[in-house]
Amino acid sequence: MIHYFDTLIIGSGLAGLRAAIEASRHGSVAVLTKLYPTRSHSGAAQGGISAALGNEEPDSPEWHFYDTTKGSDFLGDQDAIGIMCEDAIRTIVELEHMGVPFSRTPEGKIAQRRFGGHTRDFGAAPVRRACYSADRTGHAILFALYEQSELQGVASFPEFQVLDIVIENGRCSGALVLDIQSGDLHTFNAKATLVASGGYGRVFKTTSNALASTGDCLSILFDGGIPLEDMECFQFHPTGLYGLGILITEGARGEGGILVNGKGERFMERYAPTIKDLAPRDMVSRAIMTEIREGRGVDGKDFVHLDLRHVDKKIIEERLPEISTFCKIYMGIDPSENPIPVLPTAHYAMGGIPTDVDGRVLGDEKGATIEGLYAAGECACVSVHGANRLGCNSLLDTVVFGRRAGMAIGGYIKDADRREIAKGPSDRVKADMNALVNSTGDEKAGALRSEFRKMMMDRCSVFRNEEGLAGLVQDLKTIKERTKYVGIKDRGAQFNTELLEALELNHLINLGEAIALSALQRKESRGAHSREDFPERDDENWLKHTFAFKTGRGIEFRYKPVTITRFKPEERKY
Amino acid sequence: MNNYTFRIKRFDPENDTVPRWEEFHVEMAPTERVLDGLIKIKDSVDGSLTFRRSCAHGVCGSCAMKINGKNGLACQTLIKDVSFSPDTVITLEPLPALPLIKDLVVDMAPFFEKNDKVLPYLINNEPPPERERLQSPEDQHTILQSITCIMCGCCTSSCPSYWADKEYLGPSALLKAYRFIFDTRDRSTEARLERVAQVHGLWRCHSIYNCVEVCPKEIDITGHIAKLKSLSVKKALSGRKSLKKK
Repeated sequence: MIHYFDTLIIGSGLAGLRAAIEASRHGSVAVLTKLYPTRSHSGAAQGGISAALGNEEPDSPEWHFYDTTKGSDFLGDQDAIGIMCEDAIRTIVELEHMGVPFSRTPEGKIAQRRFGGHTRDFGAAPVRRACYSADRTGHAILFALYEQSELQGVASFPEFQVLDIVIENGRCSGALVLDIQSGDLHTFNAKATLVASGGYGRVFKTTSNALASTGDCLSILFDGGIPLEDMECFQFHPTGLYGLGILITEGARGEGGILVNGKGERFMERYAPTIKDLAPRDMVSRAIMTEIREGRGVDGKDFVHLDLRHVDKKIIEERLPEISTFCKIYMGIDPSENPIPVLPTAHYAMGGIPTDVDGRVLGDEKGATIEGLYAAGECACVSVHGANRLGCNSLLDTVVFGRRAGMAIGGYIKDADRREIAKGPSDRVKADMNALVNSTGDEKAGALRSEFRKMMMDRCSVFRNEEGLAGLVQDLKTIKERTKYVGIKDRGAQFNTELLEALELNHLINLGEAIALSALQRKESRGAHSREDFPERDDENWLKHTFAFKTGRGIEFRYKPVTITRFKPEERKY
Repeated sequence: MNNYTFRIKRFDPENDTVPRWEEFHVEMAPTERVLDGLIKIKDSVDGSLTFRRSCAHGVCGSCAMKINGKNGLACQTLIKDVSFSPDTVITLEPLPALPLIKDLVVDMAPFFEKNDKVLPYLINNEPPPERERLQSPEDQHTILQSITCIMCGCCTSSCPSYWADKEYLGPSALLKAYRFIFDTRDRSTEARLERVAQVHGLWRCHSIYNCVEVCPKEIDITGHIAKLKSLSVKKALSGRKSLKKK
């Protein structure tokens, strides 16, 4: 089937839907998702969305700007950070008007709580900046945006898997897509295509990310010659449920929870004397891993405790109900009576598809844009998060830059001509899919996936070093070779999830290579990228963004200077 | 680790005319999820086994299915919750009352279409204030349960009234209507009530409570529908009074 739209949006999370609402004011919009829109992983975001509303105590966008820059370990581009923090208040008010059911203060204003790395007076003390809807903030915003996009007449295509994004002569003309239910190939011709396909935490063994978070579109674009920026910067959230990786919101510490090691010490006091347990995620994750490595895990094991027992029961019930339920269901414990066993979990990709501040995808480190191609949300790298994202800034990023991309698209499609994807790419995709569905090798996708995710976790997670990364790069080559022999049992066209999982595995490994190689290049420690062999930040040589390009000779690297407008790099202490 | 038996209802639309049963044996810990079992089977025994899944911790609503006769989420049900001894068979079927596509996957379109009928979005055409619209914590609590719905479909597909009347809006859509009607910021109560207070709407609910029993988010859906019924009757009566006055 062949479709024509002014705007094609891939992904129905917060960034995609916010862009869809904006773009639908200017023309026809199709939103594709491999799930259903309400099932997008934005819905799993718990703790909040940041904005200096000042509803609970004085706050300012300037402080937010400073915290985000410092949180990014000065790798964030300050033009973009400034835009985001300046636009935050308007964004939250707009979301509220769209119907987001935020939790409230006694006066009826949007309630706010503390979150890691968000401070008043440039680092003096934690500040209440996180706007929340209990611990289901992502869910509340996702539903409101989905509902408003429906009201705007946005056409959504659930369970449609993107197979290729077509870029010809420096211009994007749409995508080739599999209707999962029927197995039919659809061609979506569009003047503008926005990639808002989310994260790829499934690269790692332990992750808070959904099974669907496999980074398909990043991998497709990477293969198509688009660079990937700062892929070495991957965030490990300090508090994943032990053994499962399920997220326990930083809001738990924002409401007073503390981290405790096996000796009963509140160890964050040693690592971040001023804001302690509310230090940024990279520092807390490193602290936890250090405690465990030095033998201070609980019962000598590889976890620490998140203790909420001293927090008012009513606060836990009202503001943290969801994580309490997770603890009860999966661990059989009540957080108001037992400490929660936690361990860092792969959570958020700071890196991704490079864009300018209006979502235009960059084709190189010099700023050349690809006509008609946009990206926003976790898959994109603006970069507002640099080497480490602050909690609550991801939801803000999706909505602020989703809207800006939608507005830019609105301007672009007015004068852009109709697109028509040529037959060539479509024939190629059909042939690829046929080959895959008929493959009879004896490798199993599931087994390879487990092996791959484990090697990424072992050698490329919270701590990294030259030896581990170099070995990893070699092993990734081997495993990539083995994926050629993955056998598929299901030969059916309809709802062939075995085929989809094989495709996703290829994408995951493709991104794994970009992450490992980018990490091997960056010979310093900055934010979430922590090299044991280069433990210091090196502004002289590495205050720059990594751009990885896939070429015929393998992955090659070029670099782009960081945009600094307001805050000079300084020592990062909390 | 124990060896558990999964009995799964299978249907391949390209080869089967009717569903069939198949048994699988899986090594698992009792504290693992039913979804973990399905993934193990797919990864190591039969790659063609088909089911939906995504978040794996009860927030996205993808993996709703019938587990030992009762609708629930495979990712939120632990083996020990449904299998009291290693001999107990874990029986998995697709959600009932929705068109079957393949194995444990049903067509969710009829379910989502019901939702679209209740004006499922905040409507307020008054000029927006400069800052947020105020809402007291008490007023926010009135809609608190209803906003936690993840639209997994467990409720509607478990409802005998829905089984009997496929035009019935069903518990999930009615809960969505409640979510906006009782939101103090919304201004379309009348239009929404008109859409739900009809023979395939509110009055089709006979308070059977199946929906409440299966809801993975523990929402008192029947209670919410009762409040809508009560509001609808009040509105109808007050309408009659005002007619008399004229």
